[in-house]
Amino acid sequence: MSLSVRIRKSLGAFSLDAAFEGAPAGVTALFGASGAGKSTVLAAIAGALRPDDGRIALGDQVLFDSAAGIDLPMERRAVGWVFQDARLFPHFSVEANLRYGLARAKDRPVVAKLDEVAAVLGIEALLQRRPRDLSGGERQRVAVGRALLSQPRLLLMDEPLAALDAPRKAEILPFLERLKTAFALPILYVTHSLGEVTRLADRLVLLEDGKVAAQGPLGEVLARPDLPLLSARADAGAALEATVASHDPARGLSRLTAGAVELVTPLIDRPVGTPIRAVMLARDVLLALTAPEGLSARNILPARLESLTPRADGTVLVALVLADGQRILSAVTRDAVEALRLAPGLALWAVVKSVAVEGARGGGLMALED
Amino acid sequence: MSFLSLSPDELAAVGVSLTVGLRAIAVGLPLAVLAALALARGRFVGRTALDALVHAPLVLPPVVVGYLLLLAFGIRGPIGSFLNNAFGVRLVFTTGGAAMAAGVMAFPLMVRAIRLSLDAIDPKLEEAARSLGAGPLDRFLTVTLPLAAPGVLAAAIVGFAACLGEFGAVITFAANVPGKTQTLPLAIYAALQTPGGEEVAARLATVSFVIAIVALVGSEVLARRTRAWIGR
Repeated sequence: MSLSVRIRKSLGAFSLDAAFEGAPAGVTALFGASGAGKSTVLAAIAGALRPDDGRIALGDQVLFDSAAGIDLPMERRAVGWVFQDARLFPHFSVEANLRYGLARAKDRPVVAKLDEVAAVLGIEALLQRRPRDLSGGERQRVAVGRALLSQPRLLLMDEPLAALDAPRKAEILPFLERLKTAFALPILYVTHSLGEVTRLADRLVLLEDGKVAAQGPLGEVLARPDLPLLSARADAGAALEATVASHDPARGLSRLTAGAVELVTPLIDRPVGTPIRAVMLARDVLLALTAPEGLSARNILPARLESLTPRADGTVLVALVLADGQRILSAVTRDAVEALRLAPGLALWAVVKSVAVEGARGGGLMALED
Repeated sequence: MSFLSLSPDELAAVGVSLTVGLRAIAVGLPLAVLAALALARGRFVGRTALDALVHAPLVLPPVVVGYLLLLAFGIRGPIGSFLNNAFGVRLVFTTGGAAMAAGVMAFPLMVRAIRLSLDAIDPKLEEAARSLGAGPLDRFLTVTLPLAAPGVLAAAIVGFAACLGEFGAVITFAANVPGKTQTLPLAIYAALQTPGGEEVAARLATVSFVIAIVALVGSEVLARRTRAWIGR
């Protein structure tokens, strides 16, 4: 049941003209700077804002179609909406908050059950409390649970972590990751944090000034050097979809396979076969013209230089294609470009320290930078 | 003690006052909630006119309000004659009429109290309820009204107190009939017009005072509980 959006909306000087597809399952991240129109898109999907024209559909169910005159009211869209501010009902207990949507979803196919949701989100002990007695992180978890229990066909999350401090974000992220596997529900996740994107998203939609700049599977979009929204960032990088291949506790290593590429990381506390996302930031990837020896770095990957993209800060972003066609990025200085005579087509080696390969989905080290 | 023992007439005035206050609140409060809701949330033609109409009793002399009610609800008035012919209901010179006159005077005070608490409710909570599948009436009953409860309670207390004290509109519309429309202020006025009625007046004034204090203290306790209940 995939989301398909094509909407236009003028709001004063701002105009939104966005068309994108959501992933049929898993998390689609809607990423962009503040004011890019992310929340406007979400409001239109939820039914809080009527587009000037366009069409919004969930699988074969049309939520909005200006041409056909369809505009389903918000309460009948079966779209769960998690807000930046949790918006719990202050006059109800946590349990009554959770049951609010549940009681009104009797004719919807069951997506989530109360005890299951409470367990996944770790809020069993909070059921009898009042919202005012909860911490910010607990409130947000209850809000997610409340939205899930309204048995939606799509879950919208509007920067659910933006109002929280870093430790709270770190506290909630594992719950959000569990959400992906525990419930068969597509999620549209709005954020301006690349850290959240690499950790949660399967599909990435980039929004810039009300327009979709790029969309596609996370790994593909993330490693594109031609998107300033991503490539200009200090934490630009690539994410490879990998699985845990083996552990070597004696050496403190785990091996991952990503396509035909093997990666070495510090020991990961996940069983063999677990899917994991290996994130390599451009600033952590070195380039070598000859196969290096005597290096501590464990990952030495043969690659072909695809393109050179100068960045505003004076550095150059190098796009590299690995042997099996996957793309990673490396950030180097202009001086290095000249000294190594880097040019498209050049065969070289990408060198990545094993500790710089972050297993985003393995509860790894991914920093949550904004 | 003899000072505090009330004569049957004086007791009747207390009874009429309480009845008038309670009946005015029973009918007026739901209407005040609707009016406050329309004024706070409504976007319709005539909203300004409704605002002016609701607030008119606040700025008009009470006697004028009583007179206008008499024109409309008198036996020969357009509404009064209809009520009389269709249902046999007469408001003039009845307790119900006194309650209506007092209620109309108290109405703007009730609407303002409720509107204040409605304005304090975050509309985002109603949006959240909507996204969870709640229709308009559902949202109103489960989110808006409970969260506005402190304001509704304040409106009831203020309205009740205003009804107890209303003089001009009641005496103009419903007259001063002991046991029927003679509320405490009307009884005090009548006592003061009677030679040697000062003691009666003082007793009734004391009773008014006690009722007011009890109502105030009671409302404070209720308000605290309500606020705790809605989690504020």
